[in-house]
Amino acid sequence: MSFEYAPAPESRAITNIKPKYGHFIGGKFVAGSKHFPTINPATEEILSQIALAGKSDVDAAVKAARKAYNSTWSKMPGKERGKYLFRIARILQERAREFAVLETLDNGKPIRESRDTDIPLAAAHFFYHAGWADKLEYAGLGSSPKPLGVAGQIIPWNFPLLMLAWKVAPALATGNTVVLKPAESTSLTALLFAEVCQQAELPAGVVNIVTGDGSTGALIVNHPGIDKIAFTGSTEVGKIIARSVAPTKKSVTLELGGKGANIVFEDAAIDETVEGIIDGIFFNQGHVCCAGSRLLLQENIAEEVLHKLKKRMEKIRVGDPMDKNTDVGAINSKEQLAKIVELAKVGDAEGGQRWSPACELPKKGYWFAPTIFTGVTSAHRIAREEIFGPVLSVLTFRTPQEAIEKANNTPFGLSAGIWGEKGSRTLWAAQQLRAGVIWTNSFNKFDPTSPFGGYKESGWGREGGRHGLAAYLKSVSNEKGVM
Amino acid sequence: MNFYGLVDGSEASLKTYLSKLSGVDQVGANARAAMLATRSIKTTSKRWAIDTAISMVDLTTLEGADTVGKVQALCTKAVRPDPTDSSVPSVGAICVYNDMVGVARKHLDLIGGKHVPVAAVSTAFPSGRASIEVKVLDTQDAINAGASEIDMVIDRGAFLEGRLIDVFNEIVTIRQVCGDKAHLKVIFETGELVTYDNVRKASFLAMAAGADFIKTSTGKVAPAATAPVVLVMLEAVRDFYEMTQKRIGVKPAGGIRNTKDAIKQLVLVKETAGEEWLNSKLFRIGASALLNDLLMQRMKMDNGYYASPTYVSVD
Repeated sequence: MSFEYAPAPESRAITNIKPKYGHFIGGKFVAGSKHFPTINPATEEILSQIALAGKSDVDAAVKAARKAYNSTWSKMPGKERGKYLFRIARILQERAREFAVLETLDNGKPIRESRDTDIPLAAAHFFYHAGWADKLEYAGLGSSPKPLGVAGQIIPWNFPLLMLAWKVAPALATGNTVVLKPAESTSLTALLFAEVCQQAELPAGVVNIVTGDGSTGALIVNHPGIDKIAFTGSTEVGKIIARSVAPTKKSVTLELGGKGANIVFEDAAIDETVEGIIDGIFFNQGHVCCAGSRLLLQENIAEEVLHKLKKRMEKIRVGDPMDKNTDVGAINSKEQLAKIVELAKVGDAEGGQRWSPACELPKKGYWFAPTIFTGVTSAHRIAREEIFGPVLSVLTFRTPQEAIEKANNTPFGLSAGIWGEKGSRTLWAAQQLRAGVIWTNSFNKFDPTSPFGGYKESGWGREGGRHGLAAYLKSVSNEKGVM
Repeated sequence: MNFYGLVDGSEASLKTYLSKLSGVDQVGANARAAMLATRSIKTTSKRWAIDTAISMVDLTTLEGADTVGKVQALCTKAVRPDPTDSSVPSVGAICVYNDMVGVARKHLDLIGGKHVPVAAVSTAFPSGRASIEVKVLDTQDAINAGASEIDMVIDRGAFLEGRLIDVFNEIVTIRQVCGDKAHLKVIFETGELVTYDNVRKASFLAMAAGADFIKTSTGKVAPAATAPVVLVMLEAVRDFYEMTQKRIGVKPAGGIRNTKDAIKQLVLVKETAGEEWLNSKLFRIGASALLNDLLMQRMKMDNGYYASPTYVSVD
C-alpha cells in the first residue's frame, strides 16, 4: 500500500451564490437588463448569471461615484476614511473562507492559493492603505496632495479579489471614488465585496461595481465623467486604452503583460531554485502577468537543474481546485485554454522539445498539464509572446552578460528573478535588468508595501507602496501650476 | 574501503567531494517545508499514515533515571502498543542507553518481541566528547549486549572547527565496529550545526562514510527535528541515491510529539525522497510521547470520539 492522499475537499456550503446578479451602484444592488453566465472552469457548471452593463448602467455608476466624491468622500478627513478601510480589511479577514471558496469556484485556482495567498493579501492591501489615509502629506507628493476624482478601474480574471484590492484600496485611501468592472469570467468575489462595502457602512457611491465584458470596459474608459483609468490586463487592450485616453485629461495607470526572465546562475541553491522555478511558472496555472515564463539557465548546470525540475514536476498535483492538496487547478476559460494550446503547438512547430509529467486531467472543465519547452532560443515565439498558462520556455546562457542581454531582449519588462549565492553579481544583475520587479532567490512574492509595475510594454505607473499612491493623487504644486 | 567511489579516504578527496554540493537557501527551504505542512491528510490516508508512523517510532527512553522496570515496561509497549488491539503494529525499535541494551533485548525476546530491534545511543552520547578509543569500546559494548542499531553522535566541535576529515574518520571507525551486526545511525545534532548548509554537508559526509541512517538530533538540544531540517536531509538521501543507487534512511528525533507532526513528516518523505522511503527500514521517528497520541488518534478514527488519555498506557 502507498501513501495516496485521500480527497480533502473544501466545502462550498459557506457560499451563497445567487442565481442572478445585478450591479452595485450608489450603495445598492440594482437589477441588470441583459445577463451572461459565469461558470466554474473546473467543471463547466454554470454558477450564476452576471449582468452586462450598458451605457445607462455605467452612466448611473459614474454619477453615483461623482456624487459621493463631491458630497462626502473627498471632504472626509483621512483619519475617517482610514477607519472604513480598516473595517473592510477586517471583514475580509472574517469572511476569508467564504471569499476563498467563491474565488476558487469562479476562477479555477486551487483553494490552497485562494486561501493562503489571494484573500490574505487582499486584506493586507486594505490594512496597508488604511494606514496611509491620514498620512498622505508625508507621501512625498507635496504638503497637501489631492485626490483625482472618480476612478474607472478594470481588472483581470487571474486574481479577481486581489486585483480589486490593489485598485480599490489606494483609490479610497487617497479620497477618490471608484467605478470598478471585474473581468467577465470572474465577477463573483467583486459582487461579494459589494456586500462587504454595505456591511462596513461605506458611504453610498464610494464604491460602484458594474459587471460586463469588454464593451462595458470601453464605456468606462471613454466616459467623460471619469478622471482616472486604472487597468490591469493584456498589453493589446492596454494599448487601446492608452490611445483612447491620450486626447483626454484622464490620468492612466496600466499593468500589462510580461515575459519574465528567471535567471539561474551556476552557484544557485539548486533545490530551492527548482521550487522558485515552479512557483514562478505554475503558481496560479501560470495566469500571472509577472510569471517567470522564460527560464534562463547557465549552461554548465542546465542539465542538473532540468533533471531536478522534471522530478519535481512529477510531484505537482493537478486537479480539483477545491481539494486542499491541489497545486495546479483549472485554466480559467475555454478561450484561454485555446490560446495556450495554440502557442504550445507553435512551440512544437518551432522545434522546441515539449515535456510534461504524466498526469491525469479531469474529463470536464479546462485543463492544461504543467509543461516545459527546452531547446528554446530568443527567436522562438514561445520565448517572446506571453502564453499566460503553465508553460515554461527554457533557454540557456554562458556568461552573466549574455544572461542580461537575453533577459532584456523583450518588449515587456515586468518581472525578473535572479538565483545565485553571490551577492555582488546579484546586485549587478538587478541593476542591468529592465524590469519593474526583481526577485532574488525567490519568485512571485507580493507585499502591499512594495511597488509593483512594469517597464516598456508591461505598463505605466506603479501599484502598491508609497509609489502606488502617486497614481491616485495630484501633488499640490501641480495644482497651482508651479514646478 | 572505497566509500562508493566518492572519497578515497584522504582529506583532499573529502574536500573535493563536499565542495561540489550546492548551498541551501534558508528562506526557500523554510517556505517549501511550510507549504508541505498545509497538506490535508484525511480518512483512509490518515489511517494508513497513523499505522505507518507507529511502525516507524523508535520508542525512546534516555534518562538518568531509567531503571530495569521502566525499560521492561517500554519493551512491552513496543511489541504491542495497544494491548486491546492486536492490529496495531509493533514500533520500529526500542532506543536506550548502553547499560539497558541487555535488559531490553532479553525482555523483548521473552515477550515475543524478537522482531523489535534494540538501538543503543553510542559514542559518548549526547555530547560526543570522548576519545575515539572510548567511543569504539562504547559501541562494541552495546553490540555485545545485543544492540542491532547504533545511534552515534558526530563530533560537532570538530565539524565546526573544520576538521571534517576527523568527523569522517570517526564515522568510518564506528561503521567498522558495527560490521554486519548493527545498523549505523549518525546523529548530527542539527540544533548545534545551526545552518542548513551545515546539515547538507554533514549529510553527504556521513553517507559517504558509511551511515545507514542520518538522524537529526539527540533530543537533548532544541531546536531538533524541524521540518526544514528534515527536508534538507531527505533531499540529501534522494540525491545520494541518484549518485550511488544506495538508499540511506532518515530519522528525525526530538520535538515530534503528536500525530499531526508525525503525518507532516510522512508528507515530507513522500514529496521529497519518495514513497520508497515510507517504511521503517528507511524512515524512523525518534520519540517518546508521540506513540500515545498516535494510539489515541487511531482509537478516535475507529470509535468516532476521543477517548480519555487513561485508555492508553503511561510509559
